[in-house]
Amino acid sequence: MNFENILEIPPYSLNKEDKEKLLNDRLIKLTKFHKENCPEYSRILDSIDFKVDSIKSYKDLPFLPVRLFKELELKSVDKSEIVKTMTSSGTTGQAVSKIFLDRTTSSNQQKAMVKIVSSFTGSSRMPMIIIDCPSVVKNRMMFSARGAGILGFSMFGSKKIYALDDDMKLDVDAMRDFLLKYKGQKILLFGFTFMIWQHFYKELIRLEKEGVKFDLSNGIMIHGGGWKKLVNEAVSPEEFHQRLNNVCGLDSIHDYYGMVEQTGCIYMQCECGHLHASIFSDIITRRPIDFSECDFNEKGIIQVLSTIPESYPGHSLITEDEGIILGEDDCPCGRKGKYFKITGRMKNAELRGCSDTYAAKFK
Amino acid sequence: MIHMQQNLNKEVFDKITFLTGDAECLKMLSQIPAKQPFDESVVNFLNDLSKNIMSNVSSRAYSDVITFAFWIRKASVLKIKEKYNFNDKNLRLGRGAAFHIAPSNVPVNFAYSLVSGLITGNSNVVRIPSKDFMQTKIIVDSINKTLLKYENLRPYIVLVRYERDKGINDALSYICDTRIVWGGDATIAEIRKSELPARSTEILFSDRYSLAIINSDKYMELTNKERFAEDFYNDTYFTDQNACTSPRMVVWIGDSKEKAKNLFWANLHNLISKKYTFQPIQSIDKLVNSYLSAIAFSNSRIENSDDNLIVRVRVSDLSENVMELMQNSGFFFEYDCDDIMDLRNVCNDKRCQTVGLLGDSKDIIPLIEAGIKGVDRIVPIGKTMDFNLIWDGYDLFAQLTRIINISC
Repeated sequence: MNFENILEIPPYSLNKEDKEKLLNDRLIKLTKFHKENCPEYSRILDSIDFKVDSIKSYKDLPFLPVRLFKELELKSVDKSEIVKTMTSSGTTGQAVSKIFLDRTTSSNQQKAMVKIVSSFTGSSRMPMIIIDCPSVVKNRMMFSARGAGILGFSMFGSKKIYALDDDMKLDVDAMRDFLLKYKGQKILLFGFTFMIWQHFYKELIRLEKEGVKFDLSNGIMIHGGGWKKLVNEAVSPEEFHQRLNNVCGLDSIHDYYGMVEQTGCIYMQCECGHLHASIFSDIITRRPIDFSECDFNEKGIIQVLSTIPESYPGHSLITEDEGIILGEDDCPCGRKGKYFKITGRMKNAELRGCSDTYAAKFK
Repeated sequence: MIHMQQNLNKEVFDKITFLTGDAECLKMLSQIPAKQPFDESVVNFLNDLSKNIMSNVSSRAYSDVITFAFWIRKASVLKIKEKYNFNDKNLRLGRGAAFHIAPSNVPVNFAYSLVSGLITGNSNVVRIPSKDFMQTKIIVDSINKTLLKYENLRPYIVLVRYERDKGINDALSYICDTRIVWGGDATIAEIRKSELPARSTEILFSDRYSLAIINSDKYMELTNKERFAEDFYNDTYFTDQNACTSPRMVVWIGDSKEKAKNLFWANLHNLISKKYTFQPIQSIDKLVNSYLSAIAFSNSRIENSDDNLIVRVRVSDLSENVMELMQNSGFFFEYDCDDIMDLRNVCNDKRCQTVGLLGDSKDIIPLIEAGIKGVDRIVPIGKTMDFNLIWDGYDLFAQLTRIINISC
């Protein structure tokens, strides 16, 4: 099965058995492909004496730590084929992941994303408000996770505006004009969870006190990027939803889980508040002690598998996030596949030792 | 003198917490007379301190505290003294005031540093780690209790805590005759921003790594292999395999390598499963480095294991220094060695510190004699953490004393 065939299947339509068949076929093929085309990947498989022909399930495939992409430049195609290099968003001084995309992988990322997102938003494009500043996407050669997210979701917008200026100030007039112009239409809002909270929600609250109120009850909001920065604000996902609803009437709010290392096959949050794996990807939770597979409802390290990556060996990765798989094929929302929640990022190890690197980190 | 007063001002004192001694003691630290090494009152003080620590019930839970208390007993200190029995007319005195910066993550290290300063005749100000280790509290409390009987030694011991602060480092560096910096490269770089007076000396403990060499035939002869696992555990997992002395690599010599390996790792695994507190992220940390190693070192193999407690990467070529990719928390490079000179690259590195050994040191001597830059200690496995005045390639006795050369 190649990727074109997968694209023809509705993204949440396969049950466990059929999806496993699909994933086994595609992921084992990808493993062979990367083994042949990425020397580093090949060395890893050799070092653990991994024989791809002897495995029966994609669950037995090795997984690369996402951190590896921060240390090394891993590709399975010739340099001349690379059309895009994506980087993770890291604070200054922190290493960033580098992901190399050729035309096929880049295009498949887009196609998968269209399938996934449009199954939530409907297939027609909508007027779109991007809750970020325009400068994030200016440099097209190097895509940061934020820029890539915005560009990825921009496909779903017919007319677009950036709600924030480059000083991260909400452009109230532009918002008002935009909403007036597209009154009565469904509006797509997209942004990063923390940005939405800090520069959009808080500003709406301030404006409300001044008597300015926006009605976004016709909107659908998609946001991602994680909750880490919101920990200090002590905002839970439920509260995030509730408070946004109170201030501007938004009700259709979807978080998503995704990472630059596997762009395209994002995990969207359904109406029941669960993140869902589409047919393009799967999620496995693993026990730290031995990497064995967790049971449902047991917290573990998140492994992500994607049918997309051809230009880099990123089809099976272990993240540093922890989460819980809540079930499979039986979410009340009706979507098939595994559904789960993320519980957070793994804590750095606290180590004894003579060298004060620990303290230095917090300087 | 005037400078000193300007530096050690109220602003500095306000930022310092005194655990032992006070601002007055600190002001006078560089003024009080140095003592001769192994001064009788110091030796007696340490013996009483040892008793006080031993009699404290809470000490029992901490093997590191007990080991320290054992080391400072009179009998033990006098044994050290014997090694420094010079047969000459020269006199020796402590250098004066010693300023110690203890590492933040080894609870009892400050005490060893302090005692080294004391028995060599110095007055001491020690910066204690800010983390609240129970071990630190036990020792500090015992010092304060013991000092009640040794008022004459009070000026010689000042224990302080302060947040990283260049102003305080400046002031303490200015008054000291010797500065002793633990905590590795990062701390050294920070402390070096504070100038030392021209005549003052410095002892620096930089980032180091260590390895173990096990003679497989000797291992097979051991009657108590569980005990050996225990020893190895204390060298490694006890400090998250992250002390400078913790072996990061196990080198096998002799003719029973495979048999010895199987038994050794199985015994160790048994022990770790019972004793070690595993942190989830360690599984990822170790996976990252094992894959990085697989890529960087040709023909390396990640040994099969049932779980993530012990991760072993077998390397077959040491032409590159594999230690560049060392990890902690139970991550070992492993090497089958038939020619000790294979270790040249790993050991010809200033960072290479301790060889924990099961076997005969003469097997290793040719390597040292080749003129390598690393390896400062060769000690039995189980003893890599044992403190000694010869440490890290320094003779602390020599570094902390001054010789008055008398030739008439």
